[in-house]
Amino acid sequence: MPAFSFNDTLVLAAIMFSVGLAGVLVRRNMVFMLMSLDIMLNAAALVFVAAGTRWHDAAGQVMFVLILALAAVETAVGLAIILRLHAHGRPTLDADTGNLPEG
Amino acid sequence: MHALALLAAGVTVTGAIMVITRRVAVHAVLYLVVTLLALSVVLVLLGASFAAMLEVIIYAGAIMVLFVFVIMMLNLGQPDSQREKEWLHPRAWLGPGILATIVCTELLYCATPLSGPVRLPLPITVHDVGLSLFSRYVLMVELVSFLLLAGLVTAFHIGRHREGGH
Repeated sequence: MPAFSFNDTLVLAAIMFSVGLAGVLVRRNMVFMLMSLDIMLNAAALVFVAAGTRWHDAAGQVMFVLILALAAVETAVGLAIILRLHAHGRPTLDADTGNLPEG
Repeated sequence: MHALALLAAGVTVTGAIMVITRRVAVHAVLYLVVTLLALSVVLVLLGASFAAMLEVIIYAGAIMVLFVFVIMMLNLGQPDSQREKEWLHPRAWLGPGILATIVCTELLYCATPLSGPVRLPLPITVHDVGLSLFSRYVLMVELVSFLLLAGLVTAFHIGRHREGGH
């Protein structure tokens, strides 16, 4: 049997997605939220690649490339927003203080 | 499940859990890099070597550099020597080092021709992916290029330094 069956990969991706979701929900630091988003995107991409292997179709890896580009854009824009907020003199990177007047 | 697969999956999940529980952002970035490397091993075991290469080069190589860059810019308040001393402490790099050693051992084990019977699934090569990417899905490639352009313009616009304004 191959090293990874389709079910094993689905379980791994589900665990990774749950960990990333927990990170987004629990952590309030925006840098950590971005990292958790990256973990979730990786889990989704893993499912696409596993499905492409299961049915032996190259479309899974095509989707992986597209998800990679999406992750790059998301990270770049998110980090630019973080830098912008930091340059305004916010003392913290807490995501829940964005609506405060001095925030 | 093969032992290699079990190890790679274990390192991936452990790294992901360590990422979301760290206090210091640089430690989390180190764990995230290890997570991505282990995930690329998982992709290789799935027969998707092209995706694994992209994962290492673009994700662990380029996107993580963005994170490190921003974290370095955010920590300008503390004196440098104190921060460097803190980062060189074994507490910072021991955990990611151990996980990375596991992944590297797996790589060396797979690279030797005498390794055990790791039966990979039928691989989907970069040839297949390229043919599919630029024939059936060429419209999606164009859309992704629009997305990248929009991201570039957005990042430039947000990150631009405005003189005296808000």
